[in-house]
Amino acid sequence: MKPATHTVDVQPEEHWEHTIDDSSTRAYKGWGEAFRYRDLLILFVRRDFVTLYKQTVLGPLWYIIQPLLTTLTFAVIFGGIAGISTDGLPKILFYLSGITFWTYFSETLLKISDTFYANQKLFGKVYFPRIILPVSISISNLFKLGIQLVIFLIIYVIYYVQSPSFGPTWHLALLPLLVLVEAVLGLSIGMIISSLTTKYRDLKFLIQFGIQLLMYASPIVYPLSTVSDRFKLIILANPMTGILEAVKYAFFGIGVFEWSYLLYSVCFTLVTFLLGMWIFKRVEKTFVDTI
Amino acid sequence: MAAKKILEVKNVAKQYRLGVVGTGTLSHDLNRWWYKARGLPDPYLSISQENKREEEGGEYVWALRDISFDMNEGEVLGIIGKNGAGKSTLLKVLSRITHPTKGSIKYNGRIASLLEVGTGFHPELTGRENIFLNGAILGMNKQEIAAKLDDIVDFAGVAKYIDTPVKRYSSGMTVRLGFAVAAHLEPEILIVDEVLAVGDADFQQRCVAKMEDVSKQGRTILFVSHNMNSVNQLCNRGLLMNNGTIEMMHDDIQEVTSRYLQDSLDSARRNVADRTDREGLGFVKLMNIEVVDQNKEPMVMALSGKPMFFRLTLMNSHPETATNIDLRVVLKNWREETIGFLHSKTSGQQIDLLPGENDVLVGFERNPLSKGRFVLDVGIRRSNIVEDKIQKALDFESFEERYYGVDYSTPNWFNGVLLEQKWVIG
Repeated sequence: MKPATHTVDVQPEEHWEHTIDDSSTRAYKGWGEAFRYRDLLILFVRRDFVTLYKQTVLGPLWYIIQPLLTTLTFAVIFGGIAGISTDGLPKILFYLSGITFWTYFSETLLKISDTFYANQKLFGKVYFPRIILPVSISISNLFKLGIQLVIFLIIYVIYYVQSPSFGPTWHLALLPLLVLVEAVLGLSIGMIISSLTTKYRDLKFLIQFGIQLLMYASPIVYPLSTVSDRFKLIILANPMTGILEAVKYAFFGIGVFEWSYLLYSVCFTLVTFLLGMWIFKRVEKTFVDTI
Repeated sequence: MAAKKILEVKNVAKQYRLGVVGTGTLSHDLNRWWYKARGLPDPYLSISQENKREEEGGEYVWALRDISFDMNEGEVLGIIGKNGAGKSTLLKVLSRITHPTKGSIKYNGRIASLLEVGTGFHPELTGRENIFLNGAILGMNKQEIAAKLDDIVDFAGVAKYIDTPVKRYSSGMTVRLGFAVAAHLEPEILIVDEVLAVGDADFQQRCVAKMEDVSKQGRTILFVSHNMNSVNQLCNRGLLMNNGTIEMMHDDIQEVTSRYLQDSLDSARRNVADRTDREGLGFVKLMNIEVVDQNKEPMVMALSGKPMFFRLTLMNSHPETATNIDLRVVLKNWREETIGFLHSKTSGQQIDLLPGENDVLVGFERNPLSKGRFVLDVGIRRSNIVEDKIQKALDFESFEERYYGVDYSTPNWFNGVLLEQKWVIG
């Protein structure tokens, strides 16, 4: 088959810049490549931001209305009718803080879990390190978190001026770390689900429910301090519990702050991240064939 | 100086799993598990044959098998083969869209393809923003794109609208912009899939022009095409694929293209009688169709300006002579645009068919077709009732040589009928 002229006569040491082969056992070497595509990451984030900015007024406004409406609903149902404690905090502030930080996590997770499916056309046409897309989503969603954080801070200041029964603690310095853990956790779980949905398409319907369930297993509509010992272990097994309680402690000096809870969240996130990367790497190679 | 190896494909194989009944959803897998747990047979494998096929490995298909070849810097490799031969799969594997099941691919530099025009364009973003985004998706970094921005804008001819959202562009402008970005990629290895560019002659022409340009710069190109003329013209090596394997690889591109043409002629000759995708009563049927010369000898390729006939072998299964036969041959180019119509009735030809097989010849003393691939549809009617109708009954290649008696031939993009023409100057 091969003509003789093309068997290279003397090539002492063959050097290849890229190798594609079937070895799936080899450790992931794609980080260097993903780094070379960093401009693409920035441009994806920029795209999301610019398209958000270019939308009608109602688009960004919705990001404000959504958490506020949810907060009001919670305040009426859980605070008013059910009479669940808010650790002595104004109800609006208590729910809004939880919802703001929860929303970033849940929306990042949900959007990333759709990565393969939503981008199959793009992925089917051109190669770039697939990991870029989910990472860009978790970064883009930070803008939304920023907008919602501003609203939260405005309401925070209004309440603080009226009755300073609460106040920020030095734990506020932990806030970037808390957001980072949320980002990585959302990214990791999202990648796992995204990978699984290439095989199990109906998993998508379970996610919505699962997210809601996880929300009620997080201290958003109730403070951790009121959870009875019977349920405490379940609630503490949720990695978001430590983060959300830390957020509340940082802003209000109220809640249960334990380094061990936080450490658990970080460890859980790291393990999930490694698992997510592993599954994602396995699926990204051939998902185009099956989706 | 020995040429430098730039791409090495070794024993590459790609397996696809056919859509199997019952996979793909969690509920099915759970159901399967529930049946298994109760000791019942798999509910989605009730047909025993299905099971057997699985044992035989029948639910898997090898789209590529044992593909090995090397390429040196500056080579232009033409990849040809029938639809389904594995060309597209090979390109997908080479461009890393999907992973090979077996084997390895090693290369230096960047592989990019001219098929993903405008991939990732966002309608809300401006032309400029989309150039950057699209360029980055194709693997360029910011500095590279910024350095080529002016060229890209010029090439696409959208300078005026560069800060307008792409949603306000005409579709032509969007395609031009997308192509401009892809064309300014400077990959070490370029993949051009002309097959996918069907339908837009202008675009196809630009692709080929760009390719010629790139190959002059000494870069490596893999070119997939159905147009043997462009392959012959542009490539210096050829790879013929068949059934997922390499049927032939040769340094003389002509050898490879003529083998392909011979193959397709052979298969066309075999196929017509067996084809079931036809309409009509079927009492009179087309059994065979081929390109012949004035001596009724089959031709591998038709030459423009020379005698060319289509020999239609018709089967009359009536016990008596079938009269009043209306025979139509629709000539199409490879973009499937109708370019000619040969009709027995309008040309005043009475056709009667004896019982059994009859040969009918229709054609030209002087073949008026330009270079390129052509397709024929055949229809047979009798007293205005369709007896047989078969699409793409034959495809064949025509070569253009001094049709008008001068050394020039029509440009590559032209795939049609050569008209007698008269020019008057002054």
